[in-house]
Amino acid sequence: MHELGVTQSLLDIALHHGRQAGAVRINELNLVVGELSSIVDDSVQFYWDVLSQGTIAQGARLNFKRVPAELRCHDCDHHFPLNRQEYVCPNCGSGNLTVAGGEEFFLESIDVDMDEVRTES
Amino acid sequence: MPNTIPVVENIMSANDQIAAQTRIQLDRAGVLALNIMASPGGGKTSVILKTIEAFHDEVRMGVMDGDIVPIDLEKIADMGIPVSLINTGGNCHLDANMVHGALPSLPLDDLDLLIIENVGNLICPAAFKLGTHLSVVIASVPEGADKPYKYPAMFKGADVLLLNKMDLCEYQDFDVDYFRHGVEVLNPSLTFFPISCRTGEGFDAWLAWLRDRIAQRSSAG
Repeated sequence: MHELGVTQSLLDIALHHGRQAGAVRINELNLVVGELSSIVDDSVQFYWDVLSQGTIAQGARLNFKRVPAELRCHDCDHHFPLNRQEYVCPNCGSGNLTVAGGEEFFLESIDVDMDEVRTES
Repeated sequence: MPNTIPVVENIMSANDQIAAQTRIQLDRAGVLALNIMASPGGGKTSVILKTIEAFHDEVRMGVMDGDIVPIDLEKIADMGIPVSLINTGGNCHLDANMVHGALPSLPLDDLDLLIIENVGNLICPAAFKLGTHLSVVIASVPEGADKPYKYPAMFKGADVLLLNKMDLCEYQDFDVDYFRHGVEVLNPSLTFFPISCRTGEGFDAWLAWLRDRIAQRSSAG
C-alpha cells in the first residue's frame, strides 16, 4: 500500500535531478535497497508505469540493487549475512555482534538522454 | 547522448523533511512525542490507557491514533484526553504527512506528552519517521521470542522496547534470553522493560523512565 507514496517520492527526486542536469529523457533509475529497509517490492514498477506517464521519465526502467543485511563480529571482525533465526558469528561462535549494513534506501543515479543541441555545442 | 547522473538521495527524504518540521513544532510547544508501534494485539491501546490512567493528574496528554475505526480512541476521549483520529483508510503505517496534518487538531501548547498510536504492523511503520522524540516498540510474549530476528528493522530503530504480557510466560515457552540477545545485537542502546498490562508487573519502571523523559523535556523547553 505504501509503495504508491514511495514511488511518488522516487519520481519527484528523479525528475528534479533530471531537469537540473538538462536531461530530455530519463531511461533508467538505479536504486540501492538494503534488506533492512526493503519496504518496497515489485509493485513499485507497476505504480511507476502509472505515475510517470506524461513526464520525461515515462516508462523508465527501475533497477534494484539489493543489499543484504550484514552483521559484524566484534571478537573476530568477521562479516556475515544476517540470518533470520539466530545472531551468532559462524566463524567464532560469538554473540557480540552489530549490524554492519543493509539499511540503504536511496536513488544512486539515473541514466538519461541529454539535449542533443546542448551536448553537441 | 546517454549519460549517467549521480543522485544519491534518500528516497524517504520528503517524508523525513516533513517529520523534521513536526519535530520543530513539538519542541516549540514543549511536547514530548512518542511513536507507539506493535503488531495488532500486542497491547498498544492497553499500554496507552494504563499510562494515561497513571499520569492523569500530573501530565497533560494528547493522543493521535492511526486506525480505521475510532473504537480505541473513544475509550481515551472518555477519560478527558484530547484525541485526534488519523483515518488511515487501511494504510499499513502512519507517515510524516498524516501526523503533520493532524497536529492542528490538538492543543499542543497545553500538552506535555503526545502519544501517537501507529498502525498495528511490525514492518512498514519502521520506515516512516514521524518527527516524534521516542520510538516505542511493544512486543508481547504470545507473539514468540523470534520477533527481533524476523523483524530486525523495527527493533533496530526503536528507542524503548516494552515486552508485554509477561504474565503469560508461565503458560508458554518464551525464551527471554534468546529474545534479549536478538534485541541487543540489533540495538545495544535500547531501553528494555518487561511488563504486563494485566497484572501491572514492571509497569512502574516504564512510568518512572517516561516521567523522567517528560521532566527533561519540560525543563529544556
